[in-house]
Amino acid sequence: MNQKNRKISVIAGGALLLLLLPLVAVLLEETYFISLFSRIIIYGLAAVSLDLLLGYGGMISLGHAAYVGIGAYVVGIFFYHAQEMEPIISIPFIMHGSENALLVLPLAIIISGFFALVIGSLCLRTKGMHFIMITLAFAQMIYYFFVSLEKYGGDDGLSLYSRSSLPGLDLSNDLHFYYFCLFLLIGFLFLVKRTVDSRFGLVVRGGSNNERRLKALGINIYRYKLVCFVIAGAGAGLAGGLLANQTEYISPGLMHWTLSGELMVMVLLGGLGTLFGPILGAAVFLLMEETLAMYTEHWMVFMGPFLVLVVIFAKRGLFGLLTGEQNNNG
Amino acid sequence: MLLVIEQFLNGLQLGITLFLMSAGLTLVFGIMQVINLAHGSFYMIGAYVCATVAARTGSFLLGLAAALPAAAFTGMLVEFIVLRRLYKREHLDQVLATFGLIMFFNELTRIIWGRQPLFLDVPPWLSDSLELLPGLIYPVYRLAVIGVGILVALALWYLFSRTRLGMQIRAGASNRDMISALGVNIKLLYTLVFGLGTLLAGLAGVMAGPILAVEAGMGENILILTFVVIVIGGIGSIRGAVAGALLVGLVDTLGRAFLPTLFRLIFQSATADAAAASLASMAIYILMAAILVWKPKGLFPAHS
Repeated sequence: MNQKNRKISVIAGGALLLLLLPLVAVLLEETYFISLFSRIIIYGLAAVSLDLLLGYGGMISLGHAAYVGIGAYVVGIFFYHAQEMEPIISIPFIMHGSENALLVLPLAIIISGFFALVIGSLCLRTKGMHFIMITLAFAQMIYYFFVSLEKYGGDDGLSLYSRSSLPGLDLSNDLHFYYFCLFLLIGFLFLVKRTVDSRFGLVVRGGSNNERRLKALGINIYRYKLVCFVIAGAGAGLAGGLLANQTEYISPGLMHWTLSGELMVMVLLGGLGTLFGPILGAAVFLLMEETLAMYTEHWMVFMGPFLVLVVIFAKRGLFGLLTGEQNNNG
Repeated sequence: MLLVIEQFLNGLQLGITLFLMSAGLTLVFGIMQVINLAHGSFYMIGAYVCATVAARTGSFLLGLAAALPAAAFTGMLVEFIVLRRLYKREHLDQVLATFGLIMFFNELTRIIWGRQPLFLDVPPWLSDSLELLPGLIYPVYRLAVIGVGILVALALWYLFSRTRLGMQIRAGASNRDMISALGVNIKLLYTLVFGLGTLLAGLAGVMAGPILAVEAGMGENILILTFVVIVIGGIGSIRGAVAGALLVGLVDTLGRAFLPTLFRLIFQSATADAAAASLASMAIYILMAAILVWKPKGLFPAHS
């Protein structure tokens, strides 16, 4: 019971910190922290969605950035067409661009989810090392596809010059935007928590432990895994849509495989299959990057060996260290 | 027609480079069951060491002679320090640790050699062009690359099927504990196999050096193509690596060369160029998806 209390207090402490942080930042006149932590929240959202695959489903996807990128491009492309006043497609029906977050963010979720459905249905035919390499290869295919889209800036990407609009909130105000992202993160966490605790989540978690046993129970694990893959892709798409708003810029770099790797690092740093851990992982990773980059432009030369050490020695992740519990699938 | 033959040779040459990369990597995957993302780093090390030594001494051969041991030695060192601890761990751990290694090696080359790409010249004795057919002039260097690749393939075949070491490696792949019980030093064997793989990656890097720019991160572009090759060919299979590499090399090169012309026959030129460019860059992935639907374990699965 003590351990459960400890876990609850860690989570409550983290939530309180994220809620109050902007107010402190405004008081201290360090508003830079608001945009830094908006980024942390958005990457945390993407990392949580990846944890659904890595930690709960036992699916090691090395192409998760693709869905982040697709989400960002959906927001970017609708924005671009709204600015240029030209329809996105005119055959078979006319579709106009839009800056309305209530339209473009759900679209980012749906379209990323759709891509995850197509790619996942192919990738999930394989297991183990094959799965890792194939998810990476498909993500790279999408990357090259967007590089070849000259209309949207090709390799250089596209500047958006402002953020989406939302009735009642001013998203170009960093404070409003921060709380909007936090609200979505909490919503997503709630959804994921309900998912992994449900019968569906039980099957997915069981599948990562012993697939054959589930087959013997008459469960078609492929379908469950695919749905899990789609939810994760859709969550990453939402993160991508927010990221496009946060930086007001989209580029194929968002779906580059190094970002997939970094998301994985965040999940592992925070703790596999711990739900809240990946947010902590995202915070530590981005803050470390930020701090190291202040001292040297060659920060990766330290980050690389640090990762190797984390993998070899710290198996439980930071969240496990804080709460003192083993992860769910350890 | 001559253009087709020329592009075919270019595709063959890309295929050979991919074969050298994937032969080493597929062995490491198949024998040690470890996924190594950092294989491209050894390709990069080969290219950088060769470019530096060749620039200092003016001799490409000396560059080659320095690059191969450099790649093999770094490889064995990495195996000894890091990878050895990961053989029994989950794939996820292996992916993350080798991802960390990539970050380290890329940044290290930026520190040592700077951000500007290096250029490696074709050695003078290979810089001529040969008239293969009337009207078809082809650089000797690229022919030499193809020749070296064929030699390496033959040497690997000999090593695996005709020597004692090759037999031990094959035995280690099928049953690690058994060969260890028979008195073979399996740890040393793994280090040697890893070194052989990185040596081949270094060789690929040296040969690609005069054709591409030598820069930090060059390893990752080829690494992902190598993954496609291995998925197509089947993990752990040298035969699969040959077939997959040639297939990927040819489809990629021929697609980029001829899809625009084909598309222009059907569509207007502006749309055709854009569509052909996207399709050409995605062609090998579509090929991979098709093969996967047909044979999920690749064309030549090693343990079937």
